[in-house]
Amino acid sequence: MDETHRPVPHSTIGARLLGVLSLLTLLASVFPSTSFAQDWVRTGSGLGVEKVRLAVPDFKPSNSDPQNDALLKAFNDTFWNDLDNSGVVELVSKSFYPLQVPGQPPEVTFGVWNSPPPNAAMLAFGNLGVAAGKLTVQGWLYDVKNTASPEVLGKQYTDVATSDAARLIAHKFADEIIFRLGGGIPGITESKIYFVSDHSGNKEIWVMDYDGSNQRQLTHLGSVSLSPRISPDGTRLAFSSLTKAGWDILMFSLDLNRLVSFPRFGGTNISPAWSPDGTRLALSSSRGGNPQIYVCDVSGGNIHRMTANKGPDVGPVWNRKTGAQIAFVSGDSGLPQVYTIEADGTNQQRMTDQGYAVSPSWSPNGQFLTLAWIRKYGPGEPGSSDIYLMDIASKQWVQLTHDGGRNDYPSWAPDGRHIVFQSSRSGKEEIWMMLADGTKLHQLTFAGRNTQPNWSWK
Amino acid sequence: MKHQTWKAFATVIALAAILMLGACHKKAAPPPPPPPPSVAAPTASISVSPDTIAQGQSATLTWQTSNATDVSIDGIGAVQPSGTQQVTPTDSITYHLVAKGSGGTQEASTRLTVTLPQGEVAPPPSSTEEDLFGHNVKDIYFDYDRYDIRSDQQAAIQADMLFLNQHPNINFTIEGHCDNRGSTEYNLALGDQRASSVKNALTTAGINPNRIKTISYGKEKPFCLEDNEGCWRQNRRGHFVYQK
Repeated sequence: MDETHRPVPHSTIGARLLGVLSLLTLLASVFPSTSFAQDWVRTGSGLGVEKVRLAVPDFKPSNSDPQNDALLKAFNDTFWNDLDNSGVVELVSKSFYPLQVPGQPPEVTFGVWNSPPPNAAMLAFGNLGVAAGKLTVQGWLYDVKNTASPEVLGKQYTDVATSDAARLIAHKFADEIIFRLGGGIPGITESKIYFVSDHSGNKEIWVMDYDGSNQRQLTHLGSVSLSPRISPDGTRLAFSSLTKAGWDILMFSLDLNRLVSFPRFGGTNISPAWSPDGTRLALSSSRGGNPQIYVCDVSGGNIHRMTANKGPDVGPVWNRKTGAQIAFVSGDSGLPQVYTIEADGTNQQRMTDQGYAVSPSWSPNGQFLTLAWIRKYGPGEPGSSDIYLMDIASKQWVQLTHDGGRNDYPSWAPDGRHIVFQSSRSGKEEIWMMLADGTKLHQLTFAGRNTQPNWSWK
Repeated sequence: MKHQTWKAFATVIALAAILMLGACHKKAAPPPPPPPPSVAAPTASISVSPDTIAQGQSATLTWQTSNATDVSIDGIGAVQPSGTQQVTPTDSITYHLVAKGSGGTQEASTRLTVTLPQGEVAPPPSSTEEDLFGHNVKDIYFDYDRYDIRSDQQAAIQADMLFLNQHPNINFTIEGHCDNRGSTEYNLALGDQRASSVKNALTTAGINPNRIKTISYGKEKPFCLEDNEGCWRQNRRGHFVYQK
């Protein structure tokens, strides 16, 4: 993957992005397939047309402890999902596996794995057992075509005997495999997604694991709380909430598990956003008249206005790589459009050319925005709101969702390859996740209405 | 409503321009499939006669459409492609017609003003200031994605100013609301500007700003929950709330 560090003229980035993505999303391809050679967007789709075929038989019990069954189920389900979600490998269907699957190295029969029907290149296997209240998992990754020296990875994990610990071990081992087979891709299986849920009756801020498990309510304000934004270091959560005085930015400490003080600004204060160095917040405030983008310290001090438009400005997000620009939404010219501005308030640029464009999220590599866009907007009968990916330098875009419902609030995963968003495609608003090329789409939440997901920075 | 028609017209022109320019622009996305040439876009018109009646009287609604398979009027429901109907509303009302056909959707609106007999809003003798406020102060309605006070709302805001000037001890909140189509955060900002627009109109007319609080509810607390224009229109408003 050394190629990816080579500098590339800006003008070719969009072309490559579109070449890679459009082929895979069955959009018209106008670029030669040689664009696959480099993986600028790192969606996983460009990692090679042929994904590694990986067989993942269920891990086996290493002893007869009665806890093993439940923990094996938690481990095996999580491990399979993590590898499948990654988009790095092609998982070989379990229906092709032999009846006898290995739990440790001596039990591997290479011939039955490396030839059809499984025809696997790689095999991940292992065992799990509880002894004296401790859970031990042993796992291996084998290159089954290389029978002379098959071991790529061999790991042992020990933790408390709970299903949470079994899931965590599955995440860690899956991340190791994704890192090896994906050419150094950072794992996201231990990342978190913050979101708004009305599951408890009011809109409160919740958190869950990246795969939708472990959903937990953080705030209990009994009001309307919106727009959770986790700090880059994961210790604090800024959000907006309807208080007695109006809409204010509130700050929740995940270390203290309670609200910490943050000043009132007056007016309507919503949609906070962290600078990538964690020292500043951008937000929308109407403290000085109409809603505009302001920037302040994380303590709320030193607040100053960044934009001067006549329409409402809202939804800022910082360039996540440099911290030097802010993207935001403005109704300055009528329907809301996405703009960028330098963090010193100069050089405002309109990014979207038409329709109703909101909710920008900046990619970790700094090159892309993902946003929610109703491109074909007509009176009385708006088109669908879909998630788009835009190359910032060229303003070229690719539509990522096509399947109906209102899709909004995309947020990048720390690996720059996954996007989480809200969609009403199932009949009510729920949180969904996909690869950044629109594939591997799946639903994460099911109870109540769940909106405005925000992916942790690591 | 003029605005809507203009917007429809502008969108058709813009779409045509995009189709023509599409070939040399945005190479990545295929141009949208051209509409089948044989399908004509629907047309629609609606009028009411007379356009002003006293409460209790009736008026005649007349509409005509072409190339439409599905025609409906808010508050009346599905109707024949063309027709007339007697209406006897108790309050002023905008009749909004939507004609859908395979060539697209066309809308038309007409407004019937219902005048109240003089002294109608005289309250029962025992009514409180809050009752008076509720009877006399009218909410202000907005067009989609707009925060300027449209011309057909001038009468309502004039009446609000008159009442609020005559009752200088009443404090109140203006809530800005939006319909449920847009995005949560943008709607909160838009609702803030709607509430501010109403407040500015009142303070310009001499109402003490200290009597007025504003709050945006965006699309968080809609008045009406259905997914149609009749309902969306109800939700785009500056709503007055008496402050104890």
